Amino acid sequence: MECQECNENVATLHFAKVINGEKTEIHVCEKCAKEKGYVNNEEEAYSLHDLLSGLFNFDSASYPNQAAMDTYRKEQLKCEKCGMTYQDFTRIGKFGCASCYDTFSKHLNPIFRRVHSGNTKHDGKVPKRTSSALYQKKKVDQLKEKLKAHIEKEEFEEAAMVRDKIKAIEKSHNQEGEGE
Amino acid sequence: MGLEQFIQEAISPWMKDEGPDSDIVMSSRIRLARNLEKIPFPLVAEEEKLKEVIDEVEKDFNEQSFEQYQDFELIKMESLKALEKRILVEKHLISPHLADKTKQGAVLISNSEQVSIMVNEEDHFRVQLYLPGFQLEKALEEAFKIDDWLEEKIDFAFDEEQGYLTTCPTNVGTGMRASVMMHLPALAITRKINRMIPAINQLGLVVRGLYGEGSEAIGNIFQISNQVTLGRSEDDIIDDLKSVVHKLIEQERYARELLLQESEIELENRIFRSYGVLRYSRLIESKETAQCLSDVQLGIDLGMIKDISKSILNELMVLTQPAFLQQYAKKTLHPQERDVFRASLIRERLKLED
Ligand SMILES: [Zn+2]
Ligand SMILES: [Zn+2]
Repeated sequence: MECQECNENVATLHFAKVINGEKTEIHVCEKCAKEKGYVNNEEEAYSLHDLLSGLFNFDSASYPNQAAMDTYRKEQLKCEKCGMTYQDFTRIGKFGCASCYDTFSKHLNPIFRRVHSGNTKHDGKVPKRTSSALYQKKKVDQLKEKLKAHIEKEEFEEAAMVRDKIKAIEKSHNQEGEGE
Repeated sequence: MGLEQFIQEAISPWMKDEGPDSDIVMSSRIRLARNLEKIPFPLVAEEEKLKEVIDEVEKDFNEQSFEQYQDFELIKMESLKALEKRILVEKHLISPHLADKTKQGAVLISNSEQVSIMVNEEDHFRVQLYLPGFQLEKALEEAFKIDDWLEEKIDFAFDEEQGYLTTCPTNVGTGMRASVMMHLPALAITRKINRMIPAINQLGLVVRGLYGEGSEAIGNIFQISNQVTLGRSEDDIIDDLKSVVHKLIEQERYARELLLQESEIELENRIFRSYGVLRYSRLIESKETAQCLSDVQLGIDLGMIKDISKSILNELMVLTQPAFLQQYAKKTLHPQERDVFRASLIRERLKLED
């Protein structure tokens, strides 16, 4: 397939972009992808190797196109609440707010595993309030909103994760209810 | 102000109590990192937002008491002079980061100085609780109570998967750093500690020299703390730490016995020379001070030096730091002036024991 920008090189990057709710397929060569801003220049794209570099695994390095695409996707991630991008996060190694954890969730487990001896799931103290019925309801409502948003954007993988979370909360809540 | 009164005010009240195994474990500390859900973390939040955090703390917790922790006082960094901030740092009540690098930084301190809650440090809240000697479980129990007390008024950022959400990925989960400060002179003199550190690291625990740069331990004081905060419960983390500390205590006691058996006169010589230096020098640097204090403390623990209060190391390690010296002198001191002043403060302090 030819690159749709220069019509010369072979298109090596293929991805979908949603513009005004319309899904458009994009096929470009690596050169154009950089020039036209589909992905950032090499230096920026691999800025992951900066401060926290040891934490980020480029296991897909043997598939450069795939890696570039993943990088591109990751870098588009931006926390709506605090404005931090995934790129900022990898550069400074710190989160900007609680919502960053959700926004970057798909990419965090490898980092957590490295830092915390292979662990990714919390074990230990839970805020007392978290177990209250009111808190649970609030949390489930928030998650349902999120689920809707993911489905609308056709982000089914994320949607499934959120749905599992809702199920888990409802299940634990029901169990508590039965005990009463 | 007389020296006795100065010391009285300079040393945190909780440090004056003797805890379990306090000949080796100087103190136990639990630190919990917590954040608000609704406001970005201090690193990126606008100053106005951070001011809201302070205002809420002021409204809900300033001048409050909770169980044995009385009269919490909120101290804003902007209201302190540089020297006053350094003193809080030297007492370990705040971090250098809070003192120098934060917008809208503050600390809430109980009157016993056993609990200090830093506000708008790297995280919105950093709860620290200290106990003398080796009392990690008790410290955790108390820190949890303080955490629950805060939680009555504050919604902390928490996720079922990742636990307490923190600014740095290295703190996420429990947000807990448990640590003990240990005086390990015999393991240091015999260099056994160097062989033990890698093994301790393998258990996910970190050993660092408390006052030195990197792993160098000035005054043979080491801090042992947990690295992992995610996927292990606070109790499990404390259990690991406890078992390592027990081992270190056992090894330190054994090394002391061995030193006594094999080279008592050399050890005695070293201890009394150091005692002489502290008693009579007219100029002394902080590093030499720490080394001599460590020797004298060992002498006290081994019964070679009698009639000197057991808390001398704890006390003078704090008092001979630059900010305290300058507060006592009531003026800014150049490094050499500090060494003169330090020597004189130590001499006067030891005279109080006569
Ligand atoms: Zn092209
Ligand atoms: Zn964010």
